[in-house]
Amino acid sequence: MRRGWFLPITTALGFGFLYGPILSLVIFSFNENRLVTVWSGFSLKWYGELFRDPQMLSAAWLSLQIAAVSATIALVLGTLCAVALVRFKKFRGRTALAGMSSAPLVMPDVITGLSLLLLFVAMESLLGWPRGRGSLTITIAHATFCLAYVCVVVQSRLVDLDLSLEEAAMDLGATPVRVFFDITLPIIAPALISGWLLAFTLSLDDLVIASFVSGPGSSTLPMVIFSKIRLGVSPDVNALATIIIGVVSLGVIAATLLQMRRPATKQGRG
Amino acid sequence: MARKPEIAADTRPWRDPSAKPFVRIRDVTKKFGDVAAVWNVSLDIYRTELFCLLGGSGSGKSTLLRMLAGFEEPTSGTIEIDGQDMSGVPPYNRPVNMMFQSYALFPHMSVEQNIAYGLKRDRLPRGEINDRVAELLSLVKLEDYGPRKPHQLSGGQRQRVALARALAKRPKLLLLDEPLGALDKKLREETQFELVKIQESLGVTFIVVTHDQEEAMTLATRIGVMNQGEIAMIGEPTDIYEFPNSRFVAGFIGSVNMVEGVVTEDEPDHVRIRSAELGCDIYVAHGVDCAPDQILWWAIRPEKMQLSREKPEASHDANVTSGVVEEIGYLGDMSVYQIALDSGKRIRVSQTNTVRGNPDAITWEEKVYVSWGDNAGSVLTV
Repeated sequence: MRRGWFLPITTALGFGFLYGPILSLVIFSFNENRLVTVWSGFSLKWYGELFRDPQMLSAAWLSLQIAAVSATIALVLGTLCAVALVRFKKFRGRTALAGMSSAPLVMPDVITGLSLLLLFVAMESLLGWPRGRGSLTITIAHATFCLAYVCVVVQSRLVDLDLSLEEAAMDLGATPVRVFFDITLPIIAPALISGWLLAFTLSLDDLVIASFVSGPGSSTLPMVIFSKIRLGVSPDVNALATIIIGVVSLGVIAATLLQMRRPATKQGRG
Repeated sequence: MARKPEIAADTRPWRDPSAKPFVRIRDVTKKFGDVAAVWNVSLDIYRTELFCLLGGSGSGKSTLLRMLAGFEEPTSGTIEIDGQDMSGVPPYNRPVNMMFQSYALFPHMSVEQNIAYGLKRDRLPRGEINDRVAELLSLVKLEDYGPRKPHQLSGGQRQRVALARALAKRPKLLLLDEPLGALDKKLREETQFELVKIQESLGVTFIVVTHDQEEAMTLATRIGVMNQGEIAMIGEPTDIYEFPNSRFVAGFIGSVNMVEGVVTEDEPDHVRIRSAELGCDIYVAHGVDCAPDQILWWAIRPEKMQLSREKPEASHDANVTSGVVEEIGYLGDMSVYQIALDSGKRIRVSQTNTVRGNPDAITWEEKVYVSWGDNAGSVLTV
């Protein structure tokens, strides 16, 4: 069949729609001009500017730290939650757990943020912990809402996992804990990796919840960028965004290559 | 076809009342909610037996197997293996291994690692594990496949890896859940043979769950037929086929013609049954535990009947009826005739094709006589 013009054009439009903004951001990060929208020549000066801006750098560093820690906490808790929901068919409070663990998925960020803020304030006055609000409260808040995403990702993988694999391991002399670490964990590993990456990205990206639960001196990167942009877009934000895009792309490519090297973890038939 | 163990008294311990069973299942019931998957099953299985649990889906055979493996606990009753009560013993502490229907090979481990998994759990020294793995790989003829991953193997190869893995710990009892179910017909026949050979050479007791009656007949030393959670009959393959104890067993194994009849003569040495369906009397040359005028059933296998154009000599004025050939199924070695009897009842008779391209063979629409011997059929009261 002869290919018409329709498909190539729609494809180009689709890609343009998806990648155009990112591409323009990358290009303008190399712009020499002070004004973000006016091209006046190639320059790396905004990258230099960026590395001389301590506020921006410390915010980026804080964001990365919070993202890594909260993604890890969310991974552990979310996986345990998923295992409980999939493997233990009947226990008291199962429905409540299932509902609560997926609530943050549908809850508006503003409400999640507000309720967490109220919780932290109440806890501080009752228990004296967490003292004040800062990176600790942001980390807890992010772990809480990321848990829901990890739980969903891991749950779907666990449902697919053939129960007889675990039974076979047990039959060969492995205790249930051994089975979990020898069989279950390696097989759901891809889901764990993508769950962690998802949580990491969500935490890095979050502005609303962080704004509610952060305190003085603990501004995450999105908060700093947002406050800067209110005073006019500065080109060093473009430079920072370009670096982040580069890092993320490398991560995604590495993950994809890793996935390709270990093909089809699910047992095929025939 | 698989060779069965030599027929000798010492290979058939179930005929010896003083023999000690290896697996003793007593009054075992398993309920899921209100539904009884296994109901009041008692069963003795002896050392080095190859016992087949045969039944349709939902007959409880797999649940029984899972209770032996320890994945399910009986609701009531006891299971003893080698004199040891198994209640409360988790699967990882039982002297039992299982081969799963889906094979359940660990996808992230190589063939060698799969086979070695159970041995590592026993903390055997590395050298011994390697020796044992090599030995098992050669047993299942997969010497060169050790480093492969399960997804790089064909279905038959996976089946053999699963068998090797289940045998690795040298279990006293091996449970096999539909071991040949996922293989195609030709491979299945070859593998049946292999399985029996391995079972005999290792002297392991096998309990095989299957829904395939042909498989059960060729593999088993004894068969337990299950129906709706209960054991319908336990016996050697010939007993099950030739002397079924109930209409269910007669109908479940092979094909059978079953007719209803009324006892007209009940003597210690013979019974006469009048069957309107058959259009003649049935003379059975042995006593039957029944009462005169009792309604019962009589079952006969298609190959136990003869067809003829001429009316055969009828001793006792029974065991001969007539009908018209309606259908012929030519199977090469034999032909199956469907005969419409004068009463309207249809029966199947199979005849061996002893003459090559017989021009004189019985054909469609022919009127024929059907006859059988005094002991050819089974009288069934349930």
